[in-house]
Amino acid sequence: MIATALHGPHIDWAGLSPLVALLGGATIVLIGGLMRARFAREVIVPLLTVAAFGAAIGLGIWQWDHSKSLVAGALRADDLTIAMTWIFCVAGIGAVGLSWRGLAPREAAHGEYHALLLTAAAGMVVLAGSQNLVTVFLGYELLSIPLYVLCATEMRRRSSLESGLKYLIVGSVGSATLLYGLAMIYGATGTTDFAGIARALGTKNLGGDALMLTGIALSLVGIAFKASVAPFHQWTPDVYEGAPTPITAFMAVATKAAAMAIALRFFNTALVTSQPDWAPAMAALAAVTIIVGNVGAIGQSSLKRLLAWSSVAQAGYMLGGVVVSSQLGVKATVFYLAVYLTMNMAAFAVVVARERETGLGDDIASVEGIGATRPWLAWPLTLAMLGLAGIPATAGFIGKVYLIDALVDGGYTWLGVLIVVGSMISLAYYLRVIAAMWMRPGREPQPVLAGGALDAPVEEPAASRRAGFETIAIAALFGAATLFFGIVPGPLFDLTGHVGRSLGLL
Amino acid sequence: MTVHLSLLLWLPAIGGLLGALLGRRLAGWAAVGGAVLALTYAIVAVIRFKSGGGLQFVTDRTWITALGTHWKLGLDGLNLFLVLLTTVVFTACTLWASFKEWDRPALFFFWMGLAHSAVLGALLAQDLLVFALFFDLMLVPFLFLTGIFGGEDRVSAVIRLFIYTLVGSLLMLAAAIATAVLSSGDQHISFVFSDIAARGGLSNGSQDWIFLCFAAAFLIKMPAFPFHGWMPAGYLNMPMPALAAFSGVLSKVAAYGFIRICLPFFPHASQHYQTLLLLIALASVLYGSAMAFTTTNTRLVLGFSSVAQLGFIVLGIFSLRPEGIQGALLQAVNHGIVVAPAFFLVALLAARAGGSEDMRDMGGAAFRAPVLAALFLVVALASLAMPGSSNFAGEFLILLGVFRAKIVIAIVAFTGVAMASVYMLRMFIRTTHNRVGPRMDSREITLRDGFVLVPLVLAILAFAIYPQVALHRSESSVKAVAIR
Repeated sequence: MIATALHGPHIDWAGLSPLVALLGGATIVLIGGLMRARFAREVIVPLLTVAAFGAAIGLGIWQWDHSKSLVAGALRADDLTIAMTWIFCVAGIGAVGLSWRGLAPREAAHGEYHALLLTAAAGMVVLAGSQNLVTVFLGYELLSIPLYVLCATEMRRRSSLESGLKYLIVGSVGSATLLYGLAMIYGATGTTDFAGIARALGTKNLGGDALMLTGIALSLVGIAFKASVAPFHQWTPDVYEGAPTPITAFMAVATKAAAMAIALRFFNTALVTSQPDWAPAMAALAAVTIIVGNVGAIGQSSLKRLLAWSSVAQAGYMLGGVVVSSQLGVKATVFYLAVYLTMNMAAFAVVVARERETGLGDDIASVEGIGATRPWLAWPLTLAMLGLAGIPATAGFIGKVYLIDALVDGGYTWLGVLIVVGSMISLAYYLRVIAAMWMRPGREPQPVLAGGALDAPVEEPAASRRAGFETIAIAALFGAATLFFGIVPGPLFDLTGHVGRSLGLL
Repeated sequence: MTVHLSLLLWLPAIGGLLGALLGRRLAGWAAVGGAVLALTYAIVAVIRFKSGGGLQFVTDRTWITALGTHWKLGLDGLNLFLVLLTTVVFTACTLWASFKEWDRPALFFFWMGLAHSAVLGALLAQDLLVFALFFDLMLVPFLFLTGIFGGEDRVSAVIRLFIYTLVGSLLMLAAAIATAVLSSGDQHISFVFSDIAARGGLSNGSQDWIFLCFAAAFLIKMPAFPFHGWMPAGYLNMPMPALAAFSGVLSKVAAYGFIRICLPFFPHASQHYQTLLLLIALASVLYGSAMAFTTTNTRLVLGFSSVAQLGFIVLGIFSLRPEGIQGALLQAVNHGIVVAPAFFLVALLAARAGGSEDMRDMGGAAFRAPVLAALFLVVALASLAMPGSSNFAGEFLILLGVFRAKIVIAIVAFTGVAMASVYMLRMFIRTTHNRVGPRMDSREITLRDGFVLVPLVLAILAFAIYPQVALHRSESSVKAVAIR
C-alpha cells in the first residue's frame, strides 16, 4: 500500500483538465448555491456553471490532438473523448440556458441543480474516455445518479417525480446488467483493461466462449438501456415527458452521446476482434430500434414524447456506425451525434419556450400557428424537424448520408436501406409538427386556470410567462447551426476525421 | 465570357430571400427580378452553348472531401433545354403569382424562389449526391406552398404528396450512396458523374436493385401509373402558380434523371427492366388518357394528361434508342411549356365560372373572350400533338424509337396519341364553346394575364417552327447515353 502511495501512478493533469474543470465547477457551484443573496443564486450560479462548461471546452481545445493515456491507463484523453466532451458541454450550456427562468432549479435549489448537471457531464466524460471495465462502470454510474435526481427536480409536479423514480428503477436494472456483463468479460479474459481484453480475445481464441459471449451480450444490454435502444427503450417516453424539459434536452443529447461513445470505444477497440460475433446481433438491435422508434412516434400528441420516440429511432441509426467497426463508422457516428445535438437542442428550446408562453404544456397544439406569429421559434423547429427527418440542406441529411456511406462500405447495405425506410416512416410525425406550425391557425394564449388540474404547475410569476430571450436565442442558434452544417459541413468533417483516427481502426 | 452556373442556380433563391427580407410589398417584385435574371442568364447560356461540345461551363469544386462529393455543375445537350424550360416556366409562374394577392407574400415568394433554384440545381448537378440533394430539396418548397396557401384539403393532401414522393427520393438516396461506394472499389469514394462513369461497372446484381430504387423515385415523382396516388389530391389543392411549375417542371426532372443516371450508369439493368418500364409507361398512357376524358375537373384533366404525357416520355427513354430518347427530351420541354399556360388558362376560366374548376360550370367563354379562346386553342392543339407542333415532332420520334425497339408496344401506344386529341378537344370545347355555363360570366383576359400568357404561347409557336434548335444541340449527348 505504502509503495503504491510513494510510486503512485503518474497523473497527467493537463489531460485530465476538462474533467477537473467540470468536477471543480460542480464543487464551486454547490458552495455558491449556499449564498443568501438571490442574485448570487439565480444569476451567478448559472453563469459559473456555463463558465465551467466553457472551461472544459477550452481545455479540450488545448488538449486536442494530443491523445494520451491517463491515470495508469484507466482513461484516454484522445480526440474521441474531447469531441464528446464538447458535445456534452454544449448540451450542458444549452440546458443551463433553458432552465434559466425554469421552475426546476428554483424548486431544487440552484446550487444543487447546477452541480448535479456538471457532475453528470463529468460522468459522461469519464465514460467516453474509459479504457477499463471498472472505469466504464464508474462513468456509467456517475452520469446516471445525478440524472435520476435531476429528473425529479420539479418536485411539486407528480409526473416529474414519477419520471425520476422510473428512471432510477430502470436505470438501476441497466447498471446491474452492465455490471454483470463486465464481470463475465473479466472472468473470461482475466483482465479489465481494454487493450488486455483485445489481446486475450486474439490469443485465447474466445470466439465461441459462452462466458465471453454472455458477457458481451449483457454489457450491450446495459449500454442499450442508456442509449434507449429497443427493446430496452420503454422508459424513454415516460421519463422524457415527466422530466423538466431542459433536463430532457440534456438527456436526449448528452446521455445518448455518452452511451454511443462507450459503445464505440468498447466494441470497436476492446471487442473489435470478435466483431463477427456481436455485429449481427447489434445490427438486429439497430434494425428493431429504427422500426420501433419511428412507429412509436406516430400519433404522439406530446412533443416531448414524440421527440423521445424519435430519439429512440435516432439511436438505431447511430448504432449502425458502431456495428461496422470501421474508421468510417466511428466518424459517421460522431458526426451524427454532433448534428443530432444541434437539431434536438433547437427542438427542445422551442418546446420550452412554448411551454412558458401557452398553458398547453408540451402538447403539439402549443406550436399551432406559430409560423405566422412567432417566426423566431417556428423556423428553428422547422429546421430541426426537417433535419431529424433527413431532408437536404440540413445537417441531418449529411449525417444520414455519412452513416449510410459507412454502412454500405462495411457490408451492411440492408441496414443502410433500413435507415432510409425509417426516415420515410418518420416523416409521418415530423411533418405533423410542421403542419401544426405553418398550416393551422394559431390559438389564443390560454391563461393558466387557477386551481386547475392537480398536475398543473404551481402558479408562476408573470415574468416567466415569457419565453425569455435566452430560450429564443438557443433555438435560433441551434436552428441556424442545423442549416449551416447542412450547407457547409466541412468543419464537422475535419473534426470527425481526427476522431476517426483516434481508435486505431482501419 | 463564361457562364457561371452557380450564379444561374442561386439567382432565383436570392431574389426570393431578398423579397422575404424586403417585406410584403416588394416581395413579389424581388422574386420576379431573380427569376427574370435567371431566365436571361439561361438564354445567354443557350446562345453560347456549342453543339456537340460535351459538358460546358463546368463549375467544379470539392464540397465534402470525406464523401468524395463535388459541387460540380455543367450544361450539355441533355439538360440545356430543360434548364431553359425551368427558367421560362418559373418566371411565368412567379410573374403570375406576383399579380395575385397572397396572405403572406414574403413567405410565398421565398419558397417560390427556392423551388426554382432547387429544380435548376437538380438539372445542373454533375454529382450524384448533389443531384439527390436537390431532387429531395425541390419538394420542400411545395410542402409549404401547398400547405400554407393551398385549397381546402391542403394539409392532408400535402402530407400525402410529400410522403409519397419522398419515399421514392429517400430510396434513391440510399441507392445513390451505394452506387458511389460500390463503383469506387478500393479507390476513394466519389459521387462525381464522370468518375462513376470512368470507374465503370457495378456488378449486374447491384445494378438491379439500385436501378429499381432510382426508378421508383422517378416514377413516383412523374407520376406514372400506378404510383400516382398522391396526384389528384395534390393537384386539386396546390395554389395555381405553384401547380403550373410543379406539373410543368418537376416531373421533367424525373424523366431527366432516367436519361442522366439510369441509362449510362446501369446499362445492364436498363436493358433488363426495359420491358417492365415500357409496360408501366404504356399503362400510364392508357390510364392517364382514360381518366383525362372521364373527369370533369379541369385541373384533373390536365393532371391526368400529364400522367399520359409522362408515360410517352418514359416510352421514348426506354426504347433505349437515340431517336426515342431525343423525342423524350423534346417532349419533356414541349409538355412543360404547354402545361404551364394550360393551367393559367384553366385558372382564368375558373375565375369566370364563379370559382368552379368543373367544366360543367364553364362553357361558352369564347363568345366574349375570343383572345382567351384563341390562346387556349393554340395550347390545346400543341398539347394533342397537332402535326406542325413541336409535340408532333416529339411524339413522332418517341414512337419511332419504340417502334424499332418493341413493335407491339408502339402499336398500342399509338392509341394514346388519338386519345390525347379526345380529351384536350373535349376540354377546349366544353369550356370555351357549347352552351354558356350556368355560372359563366365571360370576359376577356386582362393585360396582366396577357403579359404572362402571350410570351408562353409565342414560345410554343416558336418551338413548333424550330424544334431542330433543341434536337441539334442535344444530339451528341443523347447518342452518348443511348444503349446500342
